[in-house]
Amino acid sequence: MSLEEFKNRDISQSNYYKVDIDEYPTTNSAKFFQVVRRTFKGEMFVGLWVVLREMFKFNIHTLQYPKEKLPITPRYRAIHEMQRLFESGTDRCIGCGLCEKICISDCIRIDTRYDESSRKEVSEYTINLGRCIFCGYCAEVCPELAIVHGGRYENVSEQREHFTLYEDMLTPIDSAINGTQKEYPGFGAITPNESVKKTPLAY
Amino acid sequence: MEWAFIAETIIKVLVVVLVFSALAGIGTYFERKVLAFMQRRLGPMHVGPFGLLQVAADGIKLFTKEDIIPTGVVKPIFKIAPVITAATAFMAAAAIPFWPEFTVPFTDYVVSPIISDLNIGVLYILSVMAIGLYGPLLGGMASNNKWSLISAARGASIFISYEVITGLSLLAPLMIVGSFSLLDFNAYQSAGVTDWIVWQQPVAFILFWIAAFAETGRTPFHLVANDHEIIDGFGTEYSGMRWGLFAIGEYANMFFLAFVMALIFLGGFGDGSVLGALGLLLKVSLIFFFFLWTRAAWPDVRPDQLMWLCWKVLMPLAIINIVITGFVLMF
Repeated sequence: MSLEEFKNRDISQSNYYKVDIDEYPTTNSAKFFQVVRRTFKGEMFVGLWVVLREMFKFNIHTLQYPKEKLPITPRYRAIHEMQRLFESGTDRCIGCGLCEKICISDCIRIDTRYDESSRKEVSEYTINLGRCIFCGYCAEVCPELAIVHGGRYENVSEQREHFTLYEDMLTPIDSAINGTQKEYPGFGAITPNESVKKTPLAY
Repeated sequence: MEWAFIAETIIKVLVVVLVFSALAGIGTYFERKVLAFMQRRLGPMHVGPFGLLQVAADGIKLFTKEDIIPTGVVKPIFKIAPVITAATAFMAAAAIPFWPEFTVPFTDYVVSPIISDLNIGVLYILSVMAIGLYGPLLGGMASNNKWSLISAARGASIFISYEVITGLSLLAPLMIVGSFSLLDFNAYQSAGVTDWIVWQQPVAFILFWIAAFAETGRTPFHLVANDHEIIDGFGTEYSGMRWGLFAIGEYANMFFLAFVMALIFLGGFGDGSVLGALGLLLKVSLIFFFFLWTRAAWPDVRPDQLMWLCWKVLMPLAIINIVITGFVLMF
């Protein structure tokens, strides 16, 4: 299935149609004739033919999940990712705390402090994924596009807390510097083809 | 000579029990595969090549599972019920010839692959298969579970309906052949395809086929253990190997009924050549496949619909068939 087909939710264009259901017979003679009609109409053989045809067509629709996966939409809201600035690789998060404030399930905790050069720095940032409902408000409210939703939806661990560390969500620094960090295409994202200014640290 | 006979019989019994226990397992594999392909699925895929070893995995699971006997059940009856189902299914095999007579290679010892050629063969098979009903009936009543009880009640009410059809539909072929032995049935049809009893008795064949579905509890008449209505019916409280015995009995019963149908109506193993014997296996496989096929295609009927069908439609048809056969034989 292609992504376009997968995303198409317009049922008016598909092959849905209403099934005609006849009135049930009420009189005994009508019931009898219904039985006779159904007996000799051969509908049961139509059913047999349909399943046999499908067996020989062998058009299997099973998705062998760990080996094959369905495409997810670009705006799919899975585990959060913390982005870095291009080239310099500095964390985008400025510690404003808006995400913590807006989070409706109250699962984000952010702690900030002044570092040695008196700049605000995020000292601790956790998301309790056991409470997170993946509504996407945090990503929407973030002024710096620092917290975004990624596509990592397979989460297995012995404890929920294992997913929530800032370091796990942060983009690896090498992928930020060589420009392979993927931009979130949702609300507030950079418009395609718009040039990105270099960060001050790279001048 | 006596010792040779006893040894031969024991070997035949062992072969039948082992082969059909294994076939019951492989039957579940084919059922899952055929149903899956008809429903555009893949079926078991991960254990062994094409999921072939799934049977072994299921067997190991069933054998090693804890034997749970819930509190509140009638213990002796609860314990014996699965054995009744499995044992009667295999007892019925005693009068079925699975292969034509053959000579043991490098000797002149002739083996007849039927455990005992009873002079009441068909009657014996039908009666023993009918006793098999006591498995679901007693198991369901002893289980102290409402679903099981409903299943037992359904089993009894369905039983008195379909057994009538089974007996009456076989009466007409029995009148034609004049013998209860399946070997005599085979000999009657050994000349070729045109001599098959199904051409003389198409109505009896279809009636027996329908009754076979009720007898084995396969899908259009899968009422005794209908998963979406009464969990697993009589099997709800069973686990491990006791449940496995029910399953083995059910699948063995399907195979044996397929053999009986092929032998009585479809010419059996014909003239006794290897080709004819392979033909018998082919017919049995096709009948078994039909059991699976209908499960993918057809919906289940209600118990009252099945009883209506049996008493008001099939039984009159069977009696008319017998009367007509009788007149044709007489004049």
